[in-house]
Amino acid sequence: MKRAGVLQLGQHVGKIVLIVLLGGTLGAALVRFSPGFGVDERELDSRLNEQSIRALRQRQVEENNFAVFYVHYLGRLLRGDLGMSRTFERPVSELLKERFPETAKSVGLSLALAWTLGFSLAILAVMSRHWTIDLGASLLAGMLMCLPAAAMALLFVLARAPARLVLALVVLPQIFRYSRNLLAHSAAQPHVLMAQAKGLNTLRIFFCHILLPVAPQVLALAGISVSLALTAAIPVEALCDLPGIGQLAWKAALARDLPLLVNLTMIVTLVTLLANSACDLLGQRFRGHAA
Amino acid sequence: MKGARLAAIVFLMVVGGACVFADLLLPASYAHQFRDEPNAAPSSQHLLGTDDLGRDRFVRVLYGTRVSLLLAPAAAFVASLLAALIGGLAGFAGGWVQKGVMAATDLFLSLPWLFLLITVRAVLPLNVSPLISVAITFALLGCLGWAAAARVVCADTTSLRESDFVLLARASGSGGWRLLWRHIVPNLQSVLLAQFWIAVPAFILTEANLGMLGLGVAEPLPSWGSLLRELQSYSVLSGQPWQFVPLILFILVVSSFHLLLLKQEWSA
Repeated sequence: MKRAGVLQLGQHVGKIVLIVLLGGTLGAALVRFSPGFGVDERELDSRLNEQSIRALRQRQVEENNFAVFYVHYLGRLLRGDLGMSRTFERPVSELLKERFPETAKSVGLSLALAWTLGFSLAILAVMSRHWTIDLGASLLAGMLMCLPAAAMALLFVLARAPARLVLALVVLPQIFRYSRNLLAHSAAQPHVLMAQAKGLNTLRIFFCHILLPVAPQVLALAGISVSLALTAAIPVEALCDLPGIGQLAWKAALARDLPLLVNLTMIVTLVTLLANSACDLLGQRFRGHAA
Repeated sequence: MKGARLAAIVFLMVVGGACVFADLLLPASYAHQFRDEPNAAPSSQHLLGTDDLGRDRFVRVLYGTRVSLLLAPAAAFVASLLAALIGGLAGFAGGWVQKGVMAATDLFLSLPWLFLLITVRAVLPLNVSPLISVAITFALLGCLGWAAAARVVCADTTSLRESDFVLLARASGSGGWRLLWRHIVPNLQSVLLAQFWIAVPAFILTEANLGMLGLGVAEPLPSWGSLLRELQSYSVLSGQPWQFVPLILFILVVSSFHLLLLKQEWSA
């Protein structure tokens, strides 16, 4: 049992490493073949002598070879050197250190709020068995799903409401819809009807016979919700002036700062993968319990 | 529920018809500036008033809706086609081909959608003509939005490949392309249609987000993204509620698409 767990963990780590390496190849390709690659502004610095300029050019010639460029890129990545941002003229790692806590705080708070509200609504809609509650909650979720995150962010700015709430409102309808469907499907199983016929306590029926069998899927949804919140962070932070990595990505895209943008995408991908893997591993444990 | 779906279909047909025939219905072009009437209130001449450059807002709403309503389905078609090709061929081939293609799909799916989109958008030129910006935006949506659908198509193709009627067709001498074209592709139509309809509202929402961030369709061509960006203007607060009309229309159109999709969900 313990060995199987270690094997699963190893598989997840292997998958993450493979995806990050492939993502790194794609990222390196984007940076290497982006317009303006190989142009170094320092060549225009009149204080540099001919030898220094020749050295700069020599380095560029080496990096024109994609394989050499990729090896250098990976080597720098392993040393924690994510390169320099062209727009901000600062190391990418420094910018990340500065901006990541803001996004982590927004995403953490919004996920906590979205899960509390969305999952409670889903439980209420399924357990109350009242069509008006179900329809009302579905309409609310449907309405929120039809609003682009950017428009919602602007409306919140106009209403002077806390912008972080927008992230919660973007994730909430997805959590409600998927968990409602999962719980409704689980509640309609014959063994739940039997438990009700035998007069089991409602709470016991809910936790042991409705929620437990769908726990792995609910946990998978938790992993996906991290990705949803991080994606919504771009328009929300850009339009509400929150200094997080979403805003940084937007500024980098407008300035076509590829090194910064590619590293940001890779880091967000890594966070998403870690969240998904953690949820998946936890889900495996629940699958064992449910079985 | 049936009534709501019917209302959604009628609403989409009316909006679609008005947008397609906008050239015949409207007196001015979306770029025409009424220089004497910037920020005008609604009147019989300008049903939704004018924007700060004096352009008729009603005209721009109709043209913007046309851009999104025609091109989002086009992008969804491209995405569904790619999904059918990639997922279908992987599912039909099976073995290592399927494993490799699905691993690539997993990689694609693990990249957060908007981050991937703005990264690829940033590689392409930003300062382009409006028509090229439209083509780039929707081509990107189509080319990058295939992964989730490809997984579903691959799973369906695998189950079809292992089904009894395909086994019978193999036993009768069918093989290769004939098997794929005559027996598997016709049975994938419903799943591809569902993926197409799922993609349309998702692409409309993504285009609106991109447009509001200044990475979508370029001015002066209107799109829902650029129309919704007008909400950034604080004049909305100073008593111009008609500026919310594009947002209301947007919500109604996207909800109508969602209503068309709800049938399966409710029956589940």
